[in-house]
Amino acid sequence: MLKTFSLGGVHPEENKFSAGQKIETLEIPEQVSVLVAQHIGGPAEVAVDKGDQVKVGQIIATAAGFVSTNIHSPVSGTVLKIDTIIDASGYRKKAIIIKTEGDEWEANIDRSETLVKEITATPQEIIRKITNAGIVGLGGATFPSHVKLSVPPGKKCEVLILNGVECEPYLTSDHQLMMEKGEEILVGTKILMKALNVDKAIIGIENNKKDAIEKMSELSKSYDGISIQPLKVQYPQGGEKQLIDACIGKQVPSGKLPIEVGAVVQNTGTVFAVYEAVQKNKPLFERVVTVTGKSVKKPSNFKARIGTPISQLIDAAGGLPEDTGKIIGGGPMMGKALTTTDIPVTKGSSGILIMPEEIAKRKPSQNCIRCAKCVSVCPMGLSPYLLMTVSEKSVWDRAEEEKIMDCIECGSCSFTCPSSRPLLDYIRLGKGTVGQIIRNRTNK
Amino acid sequence: MNTLTVSPSPHVHSGDSVKKNMYGVIIALLPALAASIFYFGIGAVVVTITSVLACVVFEYLIQKYLLKNKPSIFDGSAALTGLLLAFNLPTYLPIWIIIIGSLVAIGIGKMSFGGLGNNPFNPALVGRVFLLISFPVQMTTWPTPIISRLHYFGITPEILDATTGATPLSILKEGVSNGVANAEIMQQLPSLSELFFGLMGGSAGESAAAALILGGLYLLIKKIITWHIPVSIIGTVVIFTTLLKLIHPDLYAGPAFHLLTGGVLLGAIFMATDYVTSPMSHKGMLIFGIGIGVITVLIRIFGSFPEGVSFAILIMNGFVPLIDKYIKPKRFGEVIKTQKA
Repeated sequence: MLKTFSLGGVHPEENKFSAGQKIETLEIPEQVSVLVAQHIGGPAEVAVDKGDQVKVGQIIATAAGFVSTNIHSPVSGTVLKIDTIIDASGYRKKAIIIKTEGDEWEANIDRSETLVKEITATPQEIIRKITNAGIVGLGGATFPSHVKLSVPPGKKCEVLILNGVECEPYLTSDHQLMMEKGEEILVGTKILMKALNVDKAIIGIENNKKDAIEKMSELSKSYDGISIQPLKVQYPQGGEKQLIDACIGKQVPSGKLPIEVGAVVQNTGTVFAVYEAVQKNKPLFERVVTVTGKSVKKPSNFKARIGTPISQLIDAAGGLPEDTGKIIGGGPMMGKALTTTDIPVTKGSSGILIMPEEIAKRKPSQNCIRCAKCVSVCPMGLSPYLLMTVSEKSVWDRAEEEKIMDCIECGSCSFTCPSSRPLLDYIRLGKGTVGQIIRNRTNK
Repeated sequence: MNTLTVSPSPHVHSGDSVKKNMYGVIIALLPALAASIFYFGIGAVVVTITSVLACVVFEYLIQKYLLKNKPSIFDGSAALTGLLLAFNLPTYLPIWIIIIGSLVAIGIGKMSFGGLGNNPFNPALVGRVFLLISFPVQMTTWPTPIISRLHYFGITPEILDATTGATPLSILKEGVSNGVANAEIMQQLPSLSELFFGLMGGSAGESAAAALILGGLYLLIKKIITWHIPVSIIGTVVIFTTLLKLIHPDLYAGPAFHLLTGGVLLGAIFMATDYVTSPMSHKGMLIFGIGIGVITVLIRIFGSFPEGVSFAILIMNGFVPLIDKYIKPKRFGEVIKTQKA
């Protein structure tokens, strides 16, 4: 029996059409739009002016506080303007628009492909480099990585867990990165182990990526303390709490962080970025993006510069299919439906999923038949049907009592519901309000 | 370019639907229906068709003319109520009584609470118990299997005496109250293997244990139900009756007899597992099932009715809101596990 997390979960159709597609480097766009809020936390502060000349890897916006990150220029050229553009949320957000001229990189970046195994940086230097490089969780959550690496006083990290699960259907960027840059990921893991002062790391990979499990197991033999943990395919195994449970059998208590059970979790894509930042001085300005969908001509994995409009990625994958009904930034379970194809790639863009018209719309919602399927699939052990009702009726104290804030918004409940009820929509609404009530209470 | 749909995640759906679940249960009931037709012939066909049709028609009429909303009779839930009601009726029952039962089941049991998903009590059982109390004679006139196949009450009344008999449970109850020894009563009853294949008097669909178990396995494999309710009911009945048998072997029948007679299997697999009227958490389902098992045995042994599954389920239906209020699913991170991987 393969390991997995202990409560709930679903198994949507995997549809990994782009699996095994080599990572192609996308052409540098003529113009990029770099959003200043690409991470959880405060938006970065713009550090360039209109007309400034920038190089690839140069800081163009600086972190505003501890929970924030630097933003680097993905191209070399001239800053056209600082303006607002529509982002994945559908709202207008501040962005730096740069016109590309050539491809001139900052001098200290090592552009070679040579593997640098030896780790010379001290733990403090590692964390400083990661902070400067603007690295965030690349799985999609975009939480600044240096914050996770700063273990609070009194807590001890015992194990580093790497997320190579990629439990979202369709997406293959982490899978392909493990296949092509496995060694780099292992060096990156060693770097993080050094920074965290731990001697044990586990890379969790779901069993639908047998080639990656095999490859990483083989490579990891020459790296002390790193083991590969094959996992049963079960969504949402990539959820931080679920992955810890699956790998080490410990459950992070409600409202607490993974460090409570001695674990720090990082995505494999993030670890690759850590490798590049520490060994190659390369900040985070490009990433692997899967472009996929049932009707997409050429499902692909691209290495794209941040700020590239997604229309360029879609064109490179064979163009927008005729029957397109929905474009999703991310996977089908947690991704955001996009309003236009002008939206730029951000640090959190793990994929672009194009859905045909016939499955783009939801089925009409019917009465709850109390089948209890939402309860059995909830990975947090909540009662989604009840959370929806109390949110709908604005009974906020009951919602808080029923632990609405524990919801990780994985969508398993809405996915499963035979009556197609919008469970997660209402739970999100409830979470927003209850979160506000809790903040007001603690601030008093 | 087409207009893009923008909606919150998740963007995919399992494809599960109310219809799939309802028709799934109906498919699971087909072996028992076949057994019923095999044993009770024409009567089983008449009762089933009348009940299903009446339930569907009443739901349609109520939705269209009273509630004035879009009729949803094709979701299969009304047909399922009709089928389950038929399974709980003796096959000699006159058509007009079946129609009254269907009206009570759908009209009072289901639609008066707001239709699918809102009824606190199992509609088919509401209909059945209403009929049992209102028409006690007709509701306990049990055709004898096989020899009654070609007859239906009202069409061939002259043969009625020859083709009706008591159910094993009522024979037992009467025997015990007349002070007849258990071993002697047992000799008048069909053997356990006959009981297993349904060779006994009883309601249309409850007798053939083999067919009901087959349907139950289908429901489990298709993940339409979980094991919690059937297993807890059956387990409780077995444990409770075994204890009684051990205490007083002369007075009480054993667990196999109790399991294979009356409506325990039909109730445990198909009636108590009704989504709408059962608890939402697995722990709650276990409590619900244990309650049904205990009440069933109490009624059978100490009550005035020979059979108590319907009452037991309806009583426990009434406890479901309370169970759901206090019994919550196991939450993630509630107990910190200590063992290492």
